[in-house]
Amino acid sequence: MAIDFLYPQYEVVRNPMRCISCRACERQCANGVHHYDVDFGCMMSDESKCVNCHRCVSLCPTRALKIIKTDHTFKENDNWTGKAISEVYRQAGTGGVLLSSMGNPEPYPIYWDKLLINASQVTNPSIDPLREPMETRTTLGAKPQAIERDEDGKLMDNMPPQLTLNIPVMFSAMSYGSISYNAHASLARAATALGTYYNTGEGGLHQDFYQYGPNTIVQVASGRFGVHADYLNAGAAVEIKMGQGAKPGIGGHLPGIKVGADISRTRMIPEGTDAISPAPHHDIYSIEDLRQLVYSIKEATHYKKPVIVKIAAVHNVAAIASGIARSGADIIAIDGFRGGTGAAPTRIRDNVGIPIELALAAVDQRLREEGIRDRVSIVIGGSVRNSADLVKAIALGADAVYIATAALLALGCHLCRSCQTGKCNWGIATQRPELVKRLNPDIGEKRLINLLTSWDHELKEMMGGMGINSIEALRGNRLMLRGIGLTQKELDILGVKHAGE
Amino acid sequence: MTFDATGLYYRELNEAVRACPDTDVEITNLCGQRYIACGEKNRRMTLRGTPGNGLGQYMDGAQVEVFGNAQESVGDTMNAGEIVIHGSCGDACGYGMRGGRILIEGNVGYRAGIHMKAYMEHYPVLIVGGTAGSFLGEYLAGGLIAVLGIGADGAYPCRFFCGTGMHGGKIILRCNEAPSGLPRQVLVREMSDEDRAELAPHIAAYCQHFGGDAHALLAQRYFVLTPNPAAGYRQLYTFE
Repeated sequence: MAIDFLYPQYEVVRNPMRCISCRACERQCANGVHHYDVDFGCMMSDESKCVNCHRCVSLCPTRALKIIKTDHTFKENDNWTGKAISEVYRQAGTGGVLLSSMGNPEPYPIYWDKLLINASQVTNPSIDPLREPMETRTTLGAKPQAIERDEDGKLMDNMPPQLTLNIPVMFSAMSYGSISYNAHASLARAATALGTYYNTGEGGLHQDFYQYGPNTIVQVASGRFGVHADYLNAGAAVEIKMGQGAKPGIGGHLPGIKVGADISRTRMIPEGTDAISPAPHHDIYSIEDLRQLVYSIKEATHYKKPVIVKIAAVHNVAAIASGIARSGADIIAIDGFRGGTGAAPTRIRDNVGIPIELALAAVDQRLREEGIRDRVSIVIGGSVRNSADLVKAIALGADAVYIATAALLALGCHLCRSCQTGKCNWGIATQRPELVKRLNPDIGEKRLINLLTSWDHELKEMMGGMGINSIEALRGNRLMLRGIGLTQKELDILGVKHAGE
Repeated sequence: MTFDATGLYYRELNEAVRACPDTDVEITNLCGQRYIACGEKNRRMTLRGTPGNGLGQYMDGAQVEVFGNAQESVGDTMNAGEIVIHGSCGDACGYGMRGGRILIEGNVGYRAGIHMKAYMEHYPVLIVGGTAGSFLGEYLAGGLIAVLGIGADGAYPCRFFCGTGMHGGKIILRCNEAPSGLPRQVLVREMSDEDRAELAPHIAAYCQHFGGDAHALLAQRYFVLTPNPAAGYRQLYTFE
């Protein structure tokens, strides 16, 4: 219908002086944008299919291609933007729920960018990490509440199970199904080489990846896909997923079309069937029920694995976290509203939840006030983009961070936000064998190691600059932060002073 | 070996049971101790008294027989094995269960059999002798739930929201009239011979454990609930 016509968002610009009609772009594009026209003897493109993933641009041997945003426009209107208008057309035409992927792209405040880090001058000498030892190793888990001695007065080892991270960054949950086998292989191997952890997400653990168990966090979500006693014991820790920053309050849906033989085996559901994760866990309607699930996992793993409870950052996050800290969980993971996803209803992704910076500060503060901060470790995610965000997160009170979007970018993701189509040209968010093989796990592993090694070094440089030589001394050290351009209320929530104060 | 659970906290009790190498274990005087047979693989356990929440959670092959009532989350995320309850059972029984069988002599509480699922040789079965509470078999993805309605005088043996969001599996209910007012994800039909053949061994097992005439019970009127393919989760999405 003519009303539903939407002019393509991007234009494929091909420089005819440079194009040699090698058809590489045609072979690379799973969306079918490019084709060779025999009559005209040149390459043509259908830009309506373009998702702006840059695969063709990156592989064009003569740099003949670029993708630009179209300048075709609706009549300018700050209220009814082109996006707002198009979405109405799309929904009026289909009756469908708007679906999007990756993190919230809307222009909300990014508090990381409004926080500045301190450095020493004169009175407290800075430390050069190239010369001095610098500790970025961290352990996650509940810490003993008291020193216990046996009958002979000897110290008893009452340390609950811990995760040891050589760098305070882990790869957060992405299921096999939402991302490819090769993407999982890259993450698993890199986590092992780096001495940190990756997370299976809700898709079960592929039999090939049990070997990376000591560096694996296995997830239990509401669908319980692939969850059984051996799975729980296969990883270093078990994460109960209560919520996800990109879609707080709703469940998940892996369409049957993505459930091929291998995924069917891993999730333990028949091939081609929909994998539905209900919105709540139907055995958890309260903190007491959560406690019951936490302890059932501890029983099934003989109290050898820390249990993580992951929640989305929502309005009452501090009170919720306080409940979780009392539920027996060893680690709380909080996912901010900018966290990524393989698919989420657009309205939820863009409007539900709160920024992770505020959530983290509020949770850390609340747990300290209640005297239970050392009962749990705090891991945050939901858009940690670089080592500066990492430093700020730790200074606001995090023990470690989860990254996923940054890790996918390292693997080649160009953030075209079209994961839900399953046609990822970079071999990440797809299950098509011909696309999956484009991601070489050897290279993927290496690039992830590079990324975190460089972050680790930057972290050490920034710590050294502050005269801090241990991550423990940075954690919750909000005096190392100052706000810039923030209101007093925002500063109060973040627990930091304004720059110049 | 026999354990006396009197006065024992679940953690001590379960540690002692785990440390015992016997394949046959009996626990007496249970009074709410949680997580009995949690993740248990190859054991035969006889339980007397009232085991607490999370009985047989993640269970992976054990045979458990309870002489008494059971509480919440029985067989939660269970993978294989069998739980037989000579009594009634609390809420959230068989949640996310993937395999094995739970036989309940009496009634079951709310949220029984939610999101049970089947996979290859794994086929979960939940048989309830009496009646079931609300939300039975919600999000059912696979397996079999049967509610025999013994003592219900042919009335609908469940309560509200039976089978909401169901997208696989089968629910069999014994009642005189076809259930009405069910969610649109559910189709209702009279039981076929095939269904009856599928149910027969489970009815036989039920009567073997709890008594009763299996032939007579099986010969009665049943209705079968299956997912409605036209109302599934393939709701139309529209992309950015």
